[in-house]
Amino acid sequence: MTRFIDLTLNGISTGAIYALVALALVLTWRATRIVNFAQGGMLMITTFIASSTIASSGSYWLGFAVALVCGLALGALVERGLMRRVEGGPALNAVIVALGLLILLQALAGMIWGNTPRSFPPAFSIRGYEVGATHVLFAPNDTFTVLVVVAVAAGLAALFRGTALGLKMRAAAFGPEVARMLGVRVGRMFTLGWALAALVGSLAGVLVAPEVFVGPNQFDPILIFGFTAAVLGGLDSPVGAVVGGVVLGLALSYVSGYEGPSLVTLAALAILIAVLMIRPRGLFSSAQERRV
Amino acid sequence: MSAVTARIRRPRSTLARSLGLVVFAGAALLVASEALGPYDELQLANGAYYFAVLAGLTVLIGLSGQISLGHGALMAVGAYTVALLIGDERWALVPALLAAVAVTTLVGVLVGAAATRLRGPYLAGATLAFAVGLPALADKYTSLLGGENGLVINPPTPPSGLGANFPLERWEAWIACAGALVVLFAMNNLVHSDVGRAFRAVRDDEIAASLCGLHVGRVQTVAFVVSAACAGLGGGLLAVVLQLASPGAFALQLSLSLLTAVVLGGLGSIAGAAWGAAVLVLLPGWTNDIAHSFSLSTQVSANLPLAIYGLVLILAMLVWPGGIQGALRAAVSRLRERRAPGARDASP
Amino acid sequence: MRLRSYRTGAAAVVIAIVLGGCGSSSSEPGVSATSVTFGTHQPLTGPAAPGYSEIAPASQAFFNYLNAQGGINGRKIHLVYKDDEYNPAKTVNVVHQLVLQEKVFGIFEGLGTPTHTKVVGFLDSSKVPDMFVASGCPCWDNGTAQPYTFGWQPNYTIEGKILGQYIKQHFAAKKVGVFYQDDDFGNGGLTGIRYELPASQIVSAQPYQPGGTNVAPQISALKAAGAQVLVDFTVPIYTALGQLASFTLGYKPQLVVSNVGIDPTTVGGLLKTFSKGKAGTELIEGAITDGYLPSTADLSNPWIALFKKVHDQYDTSAPFDGNVEYGMANAYTLAQALQLAGKKLTRQDLVAAVNATGSKLTGPGLVPFRYSTSVHGGYGGAEMGQVRGGQIVLFGGPLVTEPTAGSAIAPYTTAQSAPPARGVSVP
Repeated sequence: MTRFIDLTLNGISTGAIYALVALALVLTWRATRIVNFAQGGMLMITTFIASSTIASSGSYWLGFAVALVCGLALGALVERGLMRRVEGGPALNAVIVALGLLILLQALAGMIWGNTPRSFPPAFSIRGYEVGATHVLFAPNDTFTVLVVVAVAAGLAALFRGTALGLKMRAAAFGPEVARMLGVRVGRMFTLGWALAALVGSLAGVLVAPEVFVGPNQFDPILIFGFTAAVLGGLDSPVGAVVGGVVLGLALSYVSGYEGPSLVTLAALAILIAVLMIRPRGLFSSAQERRV
Repeated sequence: MSAVTARIRRPRSTLARSLGLVVFAGAALLVASEALGPYDELQLANGAYYFAVLAGLTVLIGLSGQISLGHGALMAVGAYTVALLIGDERWALVPALLAAVAVTTLVGVLVGAAATRLRGPYLAGATLAFAVGLPALADKYTSLLGGENGLVINPPTPPSGLGANFPLERWEAWIACAGALVVLFAMNNLVHSDVGRAFRAVRDDEIAASLCGLHVGRVQTVAFVVSAACAGLGGGLLAVVLQLASPGAFALQLSLSLLTAVVLGGLGSIAGAAWGAAVLVLLPGWTNDIAHSFSLSTQVSANLPLAIYGLVLILAMLVWPGGIQGALRAAVSRLRERRAPGARDASP
Repeated sequence: MRLRSYRTGAAAVVIAIVLGGCGSSSSEPGVSATSVTFGTHQPLTGPAAPGYSEIAPASQAFFNYLNAQGGINGRKIHLVYKDDEYNPAKTVNVVHQLVLQEKVFGIFEGLGTPTHTKVVGFLDSSKVPDMFVASGCPCWDNGTAQPYTFGWQPNYTIEGKILGQYIKQHFAAKKVGVFYQDDDFGNGGLTGIRYELPASQIVSAQPYQPGGTNVAPQISALKAAGAQVLVDFTVPIYTALGQLASFTLGYKPQLVVSNVGIDPTTVGGLLKTFSKGKAGTELIEGAITDGYLPSTADLSNPWIALFKKVHDQYDTSAPFDGNVEYGMANAYTLAQALQLAGKKLTRQDLVAAVNATGSKLTGPGLVPFRYSTSVHGGYGGAEMGQVRGGQIVLFGGPLVTEPTAGSAIAPYTTAQSAPPARGVSVP
């Protein structure tokens, strides 16, 4: 029974990270209809910057803040400087540009900081909570991670549903021409969407870094599962991203624990296919299919 | 009247044109391979099996409008089939390659059938999960598939008729080029055939195509199956040329490289697939030479080739959205315009 | 048309660059009266790069040290290293490039089992010396079928046996768990452990896939099985990940870690921020391990002093840790082999020299080599060690054994010889 509890708790904490990454991907999708394959590279860079800041200043929260600010800046820069040029064209070109950016960022990180992974401090203790005579596989740092995810998801929901800014962002994404005519600064909304997405991504980076170490390729598995979670939940739905992340985290934890780690990626594939066959646009999709 | 005769003539001339193309390309490759050293023969062989995969992939993505981030895994299916049949069962080369195509085609039927329900990023996500998940089978069934180490097979021996000292690398290049020529013939015919037109129709407007009597799901599955067959052959040729089948060789990076190569070369055209194959084979060598021509620290010089590659991808998409083939076509038509402005109309 | 001219043009460019770089006047490729060139494939980038990228530059640094003294038999030793990203398909291409195009004399220190196994056939059939593979797979140890391929580090089964015997002698009543990499390294080590310990004592064996980062389920299983001794056949990242999960679970077994995954500088570096900037080795303090080279912390050892001197002069960008020591010690062995091969250096001479005299070589190693015409195994044992004060301290004296189930583990009593003042010393 303790094994099941441990695996469940482990699934929730890993799933929370997948959820954050999925949220970042959902944001760029909703804002500009582009899947940001470079998200992994961007959050890796901001986490490296945070790591250097913490090492030189000795303050974790300064590094945390620097990561978030860099995330905002990087997201805005990438959208305005790069993605803007491919936003109108064939979707595949944006994918290639994003992949090229990912490769470039990983190589730059290797050149600047080296390929040897480095340690990253957690925000809070990683000693598991004591329950009876034993420690469970869930620590104060994991609680912090889960709370952050909930806060981000709630904040995004509030932003999109409840504020004028959110409405403008949705309008810019779904009907740019009409939105422009109604006075929405569409370009600015695109940039803002990417900036927010990169902010969420950099949060994911600093939260997961203690457990995967900081290196040019260390975040790759998180990205793959985060993308899977986003697709699982539906790229249009922030709620779907969170649910998809947690479901995936739990499932993979159980598979790894009961069956073995060699089946984890196969399990992810199986779950994704199973869901997509029933709901081709993810669990929480609302778009109707066009049929003849 | 001329339109009618043109339509009657077209089926024969496509086959003849493909045949001519294959003969021409085959002759050119033969002459080239005689002049190349052993390492360059290996590069030629690499280019040939990449072309085989990319030709199918460009038909899938460019012609039928679907996306796949999982063709590396399909190559793995072909490679492992060949490695198992040649290594354990001692099959001959051609039957093993045919079997690789058959097995990968079957997998392609499954993947394609699942893919018809999915669009855009959902299809991308599903095929990405496929690319990441399938090679893990090798780790699960280690006794059969060799686990993380994978399988090694013996190199193909050149037939005695070619002489005792016939270089192994040239024989490998010939095998791979033969496979590439088969794919060239098949795909060139396909692109100009009714099937190709059906692909394009479904890509451009599914509802209109459906109203014209095309079964959209079936057409999309056929596109997937065709591209899977090509990937299976490409993977089988990889196993023969490199004499290995190993999960590390078919990681997600391969699938993403195939995708970028096919777009960089020029989506939807067979010539674009050839450009893409050339890029995959030649670019790493060039970027490595550039990186080592400066005396930089190991940290920088080891990562510089990748940085250049990423930069090339970004710039190429910004400057040449149609890829290399698109840029060439644009340049040629600009030249024509300059020579005879307005005299020629834009022919499809 | 354009394609062909691209290719031949590229071939011409590459050949021109290469011809500018190497010079070979004798009939053997890669060697002249004044130089000999080796090639190697290393994971310099990509997910498997961490840590290993220090090894080849360290070897090159040691060669630079020897070259400054005139080299070996009047020849300077050059090392060309190429990145294979731990991708076996790239390894094949890179090794073909080194052998066929750059025409190196031999391959040295090729790194990785899944990668190097794919080029052994080519190298042996092309009669290219494949010296001192950087991997402990027992598969290099086959002088009959693979006459040109030589291992160097003690293979994983030997190490597993030595560690297993120590557990048998000191922890006979305790439950043992094994956390291991799911490939030749981990499986080889587990085999060695199983040769020494009864099956009932091993209560749980949990593999992990290199590439995944969530090992908490495996550590949780080991804790649930009640393992009081945890054997780690892990690379440094996974040793550290395992320790983090153990810390969360409040799980403090006696650690027994393979020499591959224990380097305190590397592992400590990954755990540094958990101990608020200190060395980070608290979590591995007291871990039992083994070593076949002197501990890098033992500055009184003349070999360590020599390697540190070379490091400080030629390889300052890397920390002075186990990876650097590995690269230099391996380079020393290659230099010894070149010395033995003689003034007239052919590929055949080099291989024959190691077959004939390799087992008598002395150097930084604490144990002898297992080299003969049929055995190409490399170091044949190790000394037990423990992490004390954040550094590895060796104790108990070196032990040697064969990688088979029944063979005994015996002490090796010949003392380590001192390094020569210049160059290398050979029997």
